[in-house]
Amino acid sequence: MSLADAAAVILWAGVTFYALFGGADFGGGFWDLVAGGAERGERPRATIQRSLTPVWEANHVWLIFCLVVLWTAFPSAFYAVMTTLYVPITIAAFGIILRGSGFAFRKSIEGLSGRRAAGAVFAIASLLTPFFMGAVVGAIAAENVPADGNGDAFSSWLQPLPLLVGVLFVVGGAYLAAIFLVGDSRRAGEADMERYFERRALGAAVVAGALAVAGLFLLDSEAGYVHDRLLDQGLPLVILSLACGAAAIIVLVRGGRRPLRPLAGAAFVAVIWGWAVAQFPYLLPTSLRIDQAAAPDATLTVVLIVFGIAAVLVLPSLFLLYTLAQKDILESEH
Amino acid sequence: MLPFDPLPLAESSNLLAARNQMAWTLGFHIVFSCLGVALPATILVANYLGLKKNDEAAMELARRWSKAMAVTFAVGAVSGTLLSFEFGLLWPEFMDRFGAAFGVAFAIEGIFFFLEAIFLAVYIYGWKRLKPWAHFWAGVPMVITGIGGAFAVVAANSWMNQPQGFTLDAAGKVVDVEPLKVLLNPATGYEVPHMLLAAYMVTGFLVASIYAVGMLKGRRDRLHRLGLLIPLTIACIATPIQLFVGDTAAREVADHQPAKFAAMECIQETGTHQDEYVGGICTDDGVDYGIAIPDLDSFLVGWSFDTKVTGLNDIPDDEEPPAHTLLHLSFDTMVGIGSALMALGLWFAFVWWKRRDIPQTPWFLRAVAVSGVGAIVALWCGWIVTEVGRQPWIVQGYMKTSEAVTKADGIWFTFALVMSIYAALTAITIGVLRAMSKRWREGGDEAEDEGPYAPRTEAGS
Repeated sequence: MSLADAAAVILWAGVTFYALFGGADFGGGFWDLVAGGAERGERPRATIQRSLTPVWEANHVWLIFCLVVLWTAFPSAFYAVMTTLYVPITIAAFGIILRGSGFAFRKSIEGLSGRRAAGAVFAIASLLTPFFMGAVVGAIAAENVPADGNGDAFSSWLQPLPLLVGVLFVVGGAYLAAIFLVGDSRRAGEADMERYFERRALGAAVVAGALAVAGLFLLDSEAGYVHDRLLDQGLPLVILSLACGAAAIIVLVRGGRRPLRPLAGAAFVAVIWGWAVAQFPYLLPTSLRIDQAAAPDATLTVVLIVFGIAAVLVLPSLFLLYTLAQKDILESEH
Repeated sequence: MLPFDPLPLAESSNLLAARNQMAWTLGFHIVFSCLGVALPATILVANYLGLKKNDEAAMELARRWSKAMAVTFAVGAVSGTLLSFEFGLLWPEFMDRFGAAFGVAFAIEGIFFFLEAIFLAVYIYGWKRLKPWAHFWAGVPMVITGIGGAFAVVAANSWMNQPQGFTLDAAGKVVDVEPLKVLLNPATGYEVPHMLLAAYMVTGFLVASIYAVGMLKGRRDRLHRLGLLIPLTIACIATPIQLFVGDTAAREVADHQPAKFAAMECIQETGTHQDEYVGGICTDDGVDYGIAIPDLDSFLVGWSFDTKVTGLNDIPDDEEPPAHTLLHLSFDTMVGIGSALMALGLWFAFVWWKRRDIPQTPWFLRAVAVSGVGAIVALWCGWIVTEVGRQPWIVQGYMKTSEAVTKADGIWFTFALVMSIYAALTAITIGVLRAMSKRWREGGDEAEDEGPYAPRTEAGS
């Protein structure tokens, strides 16, 4: 494996973590949005808030990690994406500001109307941000980003496939969030909330599955390279994802709990790596290869070393944070 | 003939919009990042005193400040994320050519920021269930990672001011990088400590000013006294070191970025025996309305009145920084506020040494009450000098800002949008922090113990 490929793997690892944990945080915002009025939505919102509060900022840092690795290790890919897809990226960036500050303010703001407004901003931004991030990813897969950048600002992503991937991002996050929230509700001893998120996890799984099938057809017509490799080199991962997704549904329906999160997570991760395999060796199919976009070796080495340090320092710290959060040692109310 | 050439104006319109957007979003973020760097240490001092001396007031301060930090850190994190996007959205050509070098510092910053976010969460939300000393130690990494993160980010900016450690190809793209040289460029040595001390000063004076206002309103309990003393002491220790570092930085700028120095000191003609001007408006013929101190500028640059200082006449027109008066007044304001804060610290130290107490006159509290805003203004002025003074370059000597800017449409629109969002964020952040402090004064914070928008909150408040 070349240095450039290794850096690409690191980028993908960051994308995977962000999709899993950041995605679930956006999904929490989605369920907050559709939880209904203040009275009816009170308990699900409280569950969502409890789960998100201690971890969302740490989860958010994966996004910064991905941006930094992208512009440091693959500056020309960063350039091409930013100069072409600046419209959805700008909207996503604003969404990130509104999501985070809305969430932070909601807890501390005075009065019901203020909280409701901050909550609405948080929830709506939680919907828009992953949608436009998905549109960016879809546009890249659809071969709409030229290697030297400055592609069309609108037609590059206002296409069926990017928009569908945007919706898929929203639904995927909602699915993951619901799965996480099932476990959190059970731990809190709230059986009705457990069933509440169970139903929603199932619903999201069905919608995500349907969208994925529709996506395969769109891939065929709009993203030939990714489509062909996904069903060839990427096929084992696609099958793994389907199997894990189906197993998760069975566990959900039968009311089992233990392997639910790993199964749902594996279904998600397998798709992300399936996509990576399908894109290989391109960073921007089919215009820019990984080796063409790569920074000089010294820079790539720094990226590898930094990731090595991250693996030694950040991952155990994250593990500690999640463990403390899952043992209810961290709480938003004190 | 038109008074201006319309075509370059259209081209430069994006540059103006992008520079404005970058300046305002950075100016907003930097205040929160100062709190992110220095608030953890301030909180831990209170926490330590609380644990060691069984001081309930100090413990309560640590708890309250950590709740406030939950809000300011969130705003800092998301506004910092926007800056990461802006590198690509506003300055794509810069990132394309120099991302491989410039990014090195950010890759390291990423690690620090990650660890800070993690331990901050453990600390902020671990008050109730972690054992007291374990909780304290969980907070210590925040201090270290805050300093490390600031080092990496400011090293990136230092590199833009004094770039080194890379090789360019014919197209001007980075083809080889020496990471250590990028990180430890000549400007890192003074920019990083200058910014770190600024963070501690902004945080210390800002927090102290809140309690000074409370004391002026007659709240003289132990909580307010400690709430003033702890951050004020930290800030007053940082201030004299800052004056020393800042003085060194100015001399380094005179050596390495003579254009910036000439503009901020309004030096028109190269020569020895340069006068130092305090205030005034810069014109091509010299400084109007300023107070001139004969030969002092030469002396400050080289400890001798015979020191030769480069004037703007020796800087090519297309490499001259814009807005000389703005640079000059920003520099003077920063130095002026810094000196005033130094005087405040000396007053405090003298009375403390004599009487083990804070000065009893309300004028002292009034001075502390405005010191927080003063420190922030000085911070902004310093960054105006650094960043506007570096213009027209984005990478000093290698790439002009006008070459780096995006060709995308709609930057004025995103600028307007970002201004309105940030204005609202500023207002809400201040409102939320004030509401928190009101709740604390009125005893208890039941409101935070409920769900996001439980209807009974309204009834209870």
